[in-house]
Amino acid sequence: MLKRVHFGPSLLPFLLVAPQIAVTLVFFMWPAGQALYQSLLVEDMFGLSTEFVWFENFKDLFSDSYYLGAFKRTALFSFAVATMAMGIALVLAAMVDRIIRGVYVYRTLLIWPYAVAPVVAGALWVFMFDPTLGIFAYALNTIGYDWNHKLNGGEAMTLVVLAATWKQIAYNFLFFVAAIQSIPKPLIEAAAIDGAGPFKRFWTIIFPLITPTMFFLLVVNIVYAFFDTFGIIHAITQGGPYRATEILVYKVWYDGAVAIDLGSSAAQSVILMAIVIIMTVVQFRYIERKVEY
Amino acid sequence: MIENRPFVTILAHTALVLGVLLVAFPIWITFVAATHEAARMTQVPLPLWPGDQFFVNLKQVMLKGVGGENATPVWLMMANSLLMAMMIAVGKIAISLLSAFAIVYFRFPFRMGFFWMIFITLMLPVEVRIFPTFKVVADLGMLNSYWGMTIPLIASATATFMFRQVFLTIPDEMLEAARVDGAGPMRFFKDILIPLSRTNIAALFVIMFIYGWNQYLWPLLITTETGYFTVVMGIKQMLEAAEQAPDWHLIMMTALLAMLPPIVVVLSMQKMFVKGLTETEK
Amino acid sequence: MAKITLENVKKSYGKIDVIHGIDWEIRDGEFVVIVGPSGCGKSTLLRMIAGLESITSGDISIGDRVVNKLEPAERDIAMVFQNYALYPHMSVYKNMAYGLKIKKIPAYEIDRRVRDTAKLLEIEEYLDRQPRALSGGQRQRVAMGRAIVRQPSVFLFDEPLSNLDAKLRVQMRLEIKRLQENLGITSVYVTHDQVEAMTLGDRLAVLNAGYVEQLGTPIEIYERPETVFVAGFIGSPSMNLLAATISTDGTIAELAGGSKIALSQVQLPGQKVTFGIRPEHIKIGKTETSLSFTVAISELLGADTLVYGSLTGGTQLVIRLEGIRKLSEGEQLDIDFPHDLHHLFDGTSGKRL
Repeated sequence: MLKRVHFGPSLLPFLLVAPQIAVTLVFFMWPAGQALYQSLLVEDMFGLSTEFVWFENFKDLFSDSYYLGAFKRTALFSFAVATMAMGIALVLAAMVDRIIRGVYVYRTLLIWPYAVAPVVAGALWVFMFDPTLGIFAYALNTIGYDWNHKLNGGEAMTLVVLAATWKQIAYNFLFFVAAIQSIPKPLIEAAAIDGAGPFKRFWTIIFPLITPTMFFLLVVNIVYAFFDTFGIIHAITQGGPYRATEILVYKVWYDGAVAIDLGSSAAQSVILMAIVIIMTVVQFRYIERKVEY
Repeated sequence: MIENRPFVTILAHTALVLGVLLVAFPIWITFVAATHEAARMTQVPLPLWPGDQFFVNLKQVMLKGVGGENATPVWLMMANSLLMAMMIAVGKIAISLLSAFAIVYFRFPFRMGFFWMIFITLMLPVEVRIFPTFKVVADLGMLNSYWGMTIPLIASATATFMFRQVFLTIPDEMLEAARVDGAGPMRFFKDILIPLSRTNIAALFVIMFIYGWNQYLWPLLITTETGYFTVVMGIKQMLEAAEQAPDWHLIMMTALLAMLPPIVVVLSMQKMFVKGLTETEK
Repeated sequence: MAKITLENVKKSYGKIDVIHGIDWEIRDGEFVVIVGPSGCGKSTLLRMIAGLESITSGDISIGDRVVNKLEPAERDIAMVFQNYALYPHMSVYKNMAYGLKIKKIPAYEIDRRVRDTAKLLEIEEYLDRQPRALSGGQRQRVAMGRAIVRQPSVFLFDEPLSNLDAKLRVQMRLEIKRLQENLGITSVYVTHDQVEAMTLGDRLAVLNAGYVEQLGTPIEIYERPETVFVAGFIGSPSMNLLAATISTDGTIAELAGGSKIALSQVQLPGQKVTFGIRPEHIKIGKTETSLSFTVAISELLGADTLVYGSLTGGTQLVIRLEGIRKLSEGEQLDIDFPHDLHHLFDGTSGKRL
């Protein structure tokens, strides 16, 4: 990973990495260390005294039904978002592979939600499903379904899943298209000569060959659902009604910023960090097979 | 395409059109809502076809903002967003180029240590270290400042890795030829490496600009003065402020404006964007 | 213009020695070719002269200056790389001007030099093009131009023709020779190609495993190889090298299969030797000393014919005959090894006897 030919020793390389390392130390390493440390402390209501309690905060969390609920909810949420976003994207990518004309147009029309901020996406969907005014709420009403995500937890969850999925389709779509296009054409042609029709070919040739991409995307989508959806939930439901959409990352923020329980919030941060680390390792194991480092 | 099966082609187009409708519909609705007057936006069912108030609403949000006398005008929020997005994108690219250059082209003590330290940032998204980071920024007196909004976000493992990959594919002879020509390290960096990486720089810029523009939780915490509000934060504030009777036509106009720059960047630099996306993740 | 002196130059990577103490003087204006199999250290040696590789011990001087610690740019050299190493984002003009610009040579002087060089190499019309818009041969010329424009005292060539097709290679070979003679600049040229080695150099250095096996004019090396390695490496098809033992009276070399070859000089009786004869030097015709050869296969190359076969006793041999000679499998020939054209090497050290 170092060039065979390189510059001799000097102070310069240290100066070159200095800005990146400074930012990393001050704004990444130190705060992460602080979070670790704080997760072992309990602070009283007014922040006057702190007490070192070892793993008390973690023990509390795992016996806290709200936290365990948030855990289950997050799992459900990310599973729903990942499967829907990947499923729809895969179908669209497979279809794009079938057509000759208009590929560019379709791609252009399909990718823009990627650029929309999560909060803005939340605003769009909350507007469309507004119980009194929303266009979809109205449509549901006309067929006799009374939509109100402000009161119904299941509906609230459905709405955040929809918004989060909508934003993520573009990303998955681009990766699936790239993966399908990288399959050698002669392979497909050989299957066609062997008499496999388009659907058979998709299931027996294309699908098995893109499983590495699927696995990679699965990890990326779960990470997305875990961390990047804060804005969506903050805009649509604020975790409500009655915590029905409170996922882990939202709870970290809520307990820290609103409930001011810093010890517990820090302990939750640490657990989230552990989750990210596991996912990154998994993701890199996948990459290692693909790329020579 | 291998055989001619009109049925499959038609099916494919149908599915794609449905997909496009699904994806584009929310954006269409946003646009439609932004073109009507307040009164129309309280009558059910809401319109599906644009009205004639587009420029009226545009002027209103841009100059006066949403939510009464003291509202922040959207042009100011847009300017803040632009500044923040540019600072984050340029900052990330600059410091990542420099560190990738050091790691690939120099042999020096702690080289791998630095590399792993940068790698670890990949595992620490801002969401999980939000309060301690906030405290650091507060202690450094960087609350309510553009520096506070951007610098804590500019470390980038992804960008560093991508540039490292790019540099590794540049033949060794480039450096040798440059050394025979008498170019020192910084001259080589400026005259050879940067020009050779410019497509990757552009691709990364698209990704990082969107990342920067769409930042929400971080500026929400760091800024309390309305003069620093970004448009993405503004939307949320408008939703909150108008919990009972939201001015949907104005909120949707703001949403439209908030989506516009990143969408324009993505669509106008589509090739770069796709390249950047699929390559940074490798 | 300058001479190059190498004094006990060594290179090792950790514990592995790749260049073993080379002593050398390359005269001012001389064209020296370093040839050897891949991995013999020839490129490393060239890059050490260029300053792209450090020297483990010893001294390299260019002119009267010891350059061991100098940066490549300070050594007054120019180098042509195997894959040309043109800067892909710069036009031909800028590629050629880049080094001069760094040296802070005035713009009008740069312009004059670039245009003169372009004229010399007949690449004037490409000056505004990017390297990717050029063919292999044109790129090669630009790489040469980038070296010439600097007016160095030494040219270094690292297998510059190996990426060209056969026809262009011949053309560029002649051109490099002509340019070097006209400019009179000391040049060191690394190649693994025998024809380039034989035709280009005033002197030739045959390198093997980090040692200089032989240094001399191409003809010296062809006619009097100092070691078995040089004998086998230079010449195509390569020299027949046969294991033999000297007879008790020292006048005959006995091959493994029992064939006897009369020698011109008396050798140490009982000594193990390697007997060498070039395929083109084997004579056909019955004489007192001739041996019987059985044809296995022959290749008709047009200008000459290569005959593969064996002596009685099974020793394999290649013979090169002029013109087209149709020989069939199993045919018997009487062959003879002329006294003045054979070579004898020590069986263990490989040194010429």
